[in-house]
Amino acid sequence: MAVKAADLSKDYKYGFSDPEQYAFKSRRGLDREIVEQISAYKHEPDWMLQFRLRALDIFFKKPMPTWPAADLSEIDFQNIFYYLRPTENSAEKSWDDVPAYIKETFDKLGIPEAERKFLAGVSAQYESEVVYHSIREDLEKLGVVFLDMDSGLREYPDLVKEYFGTVIPAADNKFSALNSSVWSGGSFIYVPKNTHVEIPLQAYFRINAENMGQFERTLIIADEGARVHYIEGCTAPTYSSDSLHSAVVELIAKPGAHIRYTTIQNWSNNVYNLVTKRAVAYEDATVEWVDGNLGSKITMKYPAVYLLGARARADILSVAFAGAGQLQDAGGKVIHVAPDTTSTIVSKSITKDGGRAAYRGLLKVAKGAVRSKAFVRCDALLLDEKSRSDTYPSIEIDEEQVDIGHEATVSKVSDEQLFYLQSRGLTETEAKTMIVNGFFEAFTKELPMEYAVELNRLLALQMEGSIG
Amino acid sequence: MTHTNGTYHGASGALFEIHDLHVSVEGREILRGFNLVVGHGEVHALMGRNGSGKSTLAYALMGHPKYLVTHGSVRLEGEDILALRPDDRAKLGMFLAFQNPIAIPGVGTGNFLRAAVKAVRGTESINALAFRKELAERMQHLQIDPSFATRALNEGFSGGEKRRAEMLQLAMLKPRMAILDEPDSGLDIDAVRIVSDGINLVHQQQDRMGILLITHYQRILNYVRPDKVHVMARGRIVESGGAELVQQLESEGYDPILQRLGIEDTEEATSHGR
Repeated sequence: MAVKAADLSKDYKYGFSDPEQYAFKSRRGLDREIVEQISAYKHEPDWMLQFRLRALDIFFKKPMPTWPAADLSEIDFQNIFYYLRPTENSAEKSWDDVPAYIKETFDKLGIPEAERKFLAGVSAQYESEVVYHSIREDLEKLGVVFLDMDSGLREYPDLVKEYFGTVIPAADNKFSALNSSVWSGGSFIYVPKNTHVEIPLQAYFRINAENMGQFERTLIIADEGARVHYIEGCTAPTYSSDSLHSAVVELIAKPGAHIRYTTIQNWSNNVYNLVTKRAVAYEDATVEWVDGNLGSKITMKYPAVYLLGARARADILSVAFAGAGQLQDAGGKVIHVAPDTTSTIVSKSITKDGGRAAYRGLLKVAKGAVRSKAFVRCDALLLDEKSRSDTYPSIEIDEEQVDIGHEATVSKVSDEQLFYLQSRGLTETEAKTMIVNGFFEAFTKELPMEYAVELNRLLALQMEGSIG
Repeated sequence: MTHTNGTYHGASGALFEIHDLHVSVEGREILRGFNLVVGHGEVHALMGRNGSGKSTLAYALMGHPKYLVTHGSVRLEGEDILALRPDDRAKLGMFLAFQNPIAIPGVGTGNFLRAAVKAVRGTESINALAFRKELAERMQHLQIDPSFATRALNEGFSGGEKRRAEMLQLAMLKPRMAILDEPDSGLDIDAVRIVSDGINLVHQQQDRMGILLITHYQRILNYVRPDKVHVMARGRIVESGGAELVQQLESEGYDPILQRLGIEDTEEATSHGR
């Protein structure tokens, strides 16, 4: 059934846009000249330009991924703007210095307010560049680095050169190659040994222009015994033609480190969201991906953890909500390489109004990863007959001495559940929303309270208007 | 909608009137001319064998979409409720304590109750502090552990916990007419007493509330004293009386009544019951 774009997004309150008044906008399309232009604009060292150009060649050579149920052939790479620089200045340290119209947008999104209330640092990216950046002074004094990626490259060239592209090489897949060639913005975080950043650092990504391509690049290094929690959110205006978001996120958890990376993805329904996220965890390190996907037209995202050191641990919690016209192809990957490593992957999807969700996961235990423990659980909740959910769990075990569990459930909202809640005064919509919130509870309870409240509110919006 | 005395009470002034109710489930008629009048503050016990249509009555009164009313009327203080959705019936003051409460995974019992109280009792009850205080008191009365509020609704609850959770909802929602579908089912004697005390306490505090207590056994009626007792068979009330009818049923069973009416055991046993 054909559904107009305007109908899809009537409850999407972030669909507004600003007029473009940019310092620089590259011409449409992608070629060597565009890549050179981006690098020159950023005054990058030559090694980065060469890295970009090699990646561009790989991008052109690589075929499109063929596995998703979705058709990516509609993406016209030559119709996209690859680099939009909103201002001449680099990331401001005070909201007052951010151009008024951009600040207004972030005000509407509640970012400065959230910063005041409960964040240790904030990064706000608008189109290709981070326009605002701050970190609490006490953390800065402890040696915690929280910068936009471009500033990171300028101020910590050796650290960036050592780790950049090591977890996810350009050649990993077509979209990591694309990001590697045209990346701009994103976060660079370094947490020194035994330093605990107890309250979250947040990055917010906003696309404004039509046919925009946003390619942020994030690198987080948690040194031995360090702890950090990073949260990202994102929105975009609703346009009738498509935009592309293709990020690369690399996490390095040194021995004993703990990284939690939380995403609440709420792109408008005209954004292709094709993201590569991967972490390496050394001895006794823990990496947690808490990944929520509500928006976008098509999302393909499978956060991964390579358990390289003994006793390392991975927890991946992935939830997806797919409404009309949406495909959420999400999941997680864990590779056990070292002994006594542990992992859990929990995936939950809700589909409605013909939306599609797929869990796509990989669990691999290499020879020698003795006494590894892994558990995969996929739950799908279908809200109507025309929606669909698929599960593609891939499990490869090359070691005998392991403990592996896998469970999968598919459920529908039962008439009995609805009647029970309705008999207590809740309308059908309220009852369904309550059941949906309950289904995602494992996810929302992992979020800071403010985000959990916002997520439940977003889910309630998604549930409205769908029933008679 | 108001709960006070200013409301129109219908011609008879009764709280709750069921007139010639016929209900079908999946094309099969289960209720066949059910009549009942409950006055303000009255407790009516409805007894009968499995399959006599007791639970069908309960579901139909609350508006379960599977239970099709083909004839008759049901009025709460004069207002016909049959055209209303279940949530609107609840807001009007109807309550059903389920025999088999449904689990809602991931939804905390406390949060659920807050939403339900807000929906049914309206803005008067939104104050979070007052709500928590009232909830804590009610839970204490029903000897429910405080940790209960954070457990997912009915998920992994024992039989006794489920019954108490239903009584907790009764106490919090303060209906005008409560239908209690076998609140004693599967309970030991101590648990029956706790549940009964819960019902009696709510009734003391809301002495105009009507109660239709559906049960198999006389045991709970030793604690919750009925004003009237009805025996149901083949989809309607076949005998009504006072508390003495309970004693009669206890000593003689249903057979004398059913035989007098010419109802064979076998017929009753094959009835489709809920």
